[in-house]
Amino acid sequence: MSDAVTMIGRSVRLSSRNVEALLTSLALPMMLMLLFVHLFGGAISTGDAYVQYVVPGVLVLCAGFGAGSTAVSVSQDMTGGIIDRFRSLDVGGPAILAGHVTAALARNVAASVLVLAVAAAIGFRPQATAAGWFAAAGVLLAFVFAVAWLAAAVGLLARSAEAASGFAFVVGFLPYPSSGFAPIDTMPSWLQGFAENQPITPVIESLRGLLLGRPVGESPWLALAWCAAIVAVSMAASIALFRRRTS
Amino acid sequence: MTHEPAVEACGLEKSYGGVRVLGGVDLTVRRGGVFALLGPNGAGKTTTVRILATLLKADAGRARVAGHDVVSQRSLVRRAISLTGQYAALDEEQTGEENLRMMARLSGLPRARAGRRAGELLERLGLTDAARRRVATYSGGMRRRLDLAASLVGEPSVIFLDEPTTGLDPRSRLAVWDVVTELAGAGVTVFLTTQYLEEADRLAGHIALIDGGRIVAEGTAADLKRRVAGERLDLTLAGPEAYERVAGLLADRIVRRDPETLVLGVPTSGGAGDVRDLLDAVDPGRRLVERFAVRTATLDDVFLTLTGNSARKEDQRV
Ligand SMILES: Nc1ncnc2c1ncn2[C@@H]1O[C@H](COP(=O)(O)OP(=O)(O)OP(=O)(O)O)[C@@H](O)[C@H]1O
Ligand SMILES: [Mg+2]
Repeated sequence: MSDAVTMIGRSVRLSSRNVEALLTSLALPMMLMLLFVHLFGGAISTGDAYVQYVVPGVLVLCAGFGAGSTAVSVSQDMTGGIIDRFRSLDVGGPAILAGHVTAALARNVAASVLVLAVAAAIGFRPQATAAGWFAAAGVLLAFVFAVAWLAAAVGLLARSAEAASGFAFVVGFLPYPSSGFAPIDTMPSWLQGFAENQPITPVIESLRGLLLGRPVGESPWLALAWCAAIVAVSMAASIALFRRRTS
Repeated sequence: MTHEPAVEACGLEKSYGGVRVLGGVDLTVRRGGVFALLGPNGAGKTTTVRILATLLKADAGRARVAGHDVVSQRSLVRRAISLTGQYAALDEEQTGEENLRMMARLSGLPRARAGRRAGELLERLGLTDAARRRVATYSGGMRRRLDLAASLVGEPSVIFLDEPTTGLDPRSRLAVWDVVTELAGAGVTVFLTTQYLEEADRLAGHIALIDGGRIVAEGTAADLKRRVAGERLDLTLAGPEAYERVAGLLADRIVRRDPETLVLGVPTSGGAGDVRDLLDAVDPGRRLVERFAVRTATLDDVFLTLTGNSARKEDQRV
């Protein structure tokens, strides 16, 4: 347990010094939001100001970018000499991965706060109750946590940091065919089935409903169930992969 | 503690995808002092060390380190040892001090003690001035020293150092040697691997020579030197052509080759008759050999004689 605390301190410190990763996980989502709102926003009809619609999509996009850094740093740890030192100090895989996942959460909280601040500056007006904010934060954190574990598993699976960074591309792409940036009924019919049933859509729907003070139905539960499933599978896979790479 | 050896390995084997890397390594290392595992590139040094340090499982054979089995008592072994790998195991983006404090915490020291221990070790390895700089800004020698410091945080009783001085300049090498000597003096067992005979000769009380995944010789430096001819005849040739010609004639008998200075060395008894016969045999026309010298065998000769052709490349020489 105290090993995990030390490893968390390490990963957070390393994250805060990795300028490139910070830029990707903080600056890029903000730039994308400005781009969406000012460039495409006029063309997408959502029945509301586009900024009211797009904020959850950008928050989810952040999680994707953050996951790329997580996968890369896990992979770097596994391919560098430092893993031998940790193992010879009898530090287990869970403590090492807990460090990376916690740092990912910290990066994403910072990124989300920034995104919300910029959104507010360009006209985002959330209508959430205190309970709504709380629930939205819970859903977002659960999603970030799930994606971070998935990223850890990918980092362990990848043979190189470059391969791991390819993962960012895939996760970074998933939010587009969802209700994050355009209503699903405006998509081609072959994509609608995927968009409606992929895990990101209930996350987006919950965040949007909760932030705007609208009814959310069972979306939050569906979102949490997806996250729990992703965490369970990724954790089990991570532990098995860690064992395979270190035997 | 019992009087069990620090390291006891029996029949260690390891293959990678059908290629046999270790073919039955047996080793016994007494407690205290410096032990050197000496061998050329690819001999199996790193593989052996990783098995002994519990990081890699052998396909066959058993090993006990610090009195515990490396497989069934892995955690106990890890608590008693430390490993400094061939390549630096440090976080580039943390400072030297942060790296050490982290390792100290991971080895179980409470926060305040960890800070103090980091300070002590930085001081001891002459890194106090660089303590608050990121490792990314360190030179190769500083990194090595920090890496060595990192392996000392937990006060291990057996320390594995995999090629601790490869790639260091002479000054940094001396600094590492000093630390090794000091550790051994304090009763710690230092198990180091090296490609440098000089290093083994200078530091180690006991040396094992590994080649092609097997221990080919073992003993003190003096024991090993006695295993090859006591004396060596060094011939300085008249030119590159003469060098090639004589090298061809002497072939397998050569224990030293140095094309740059045009020197070839062969074992000899040192007697006048033997030297004369040898000179007549390789240079009947008396034009090829310019000078000769009879020298007492060094570990170099042992290395070259016992490790066969694989070690006769120039890059293996010190
Ligand atoms: N993971 C691996 N997969 C395949 N072959 C390997 C692996 N690790 C080591 N080998 C091979 O095993 C042999 C012994 O390697 P090892 O690293 O133990 O040698 P070494 O004595 O440490 O050499 P060096 O002086 O170059 O460090 C080499 O031929 C190497 O190519
Ligand atoms: Mg090696």
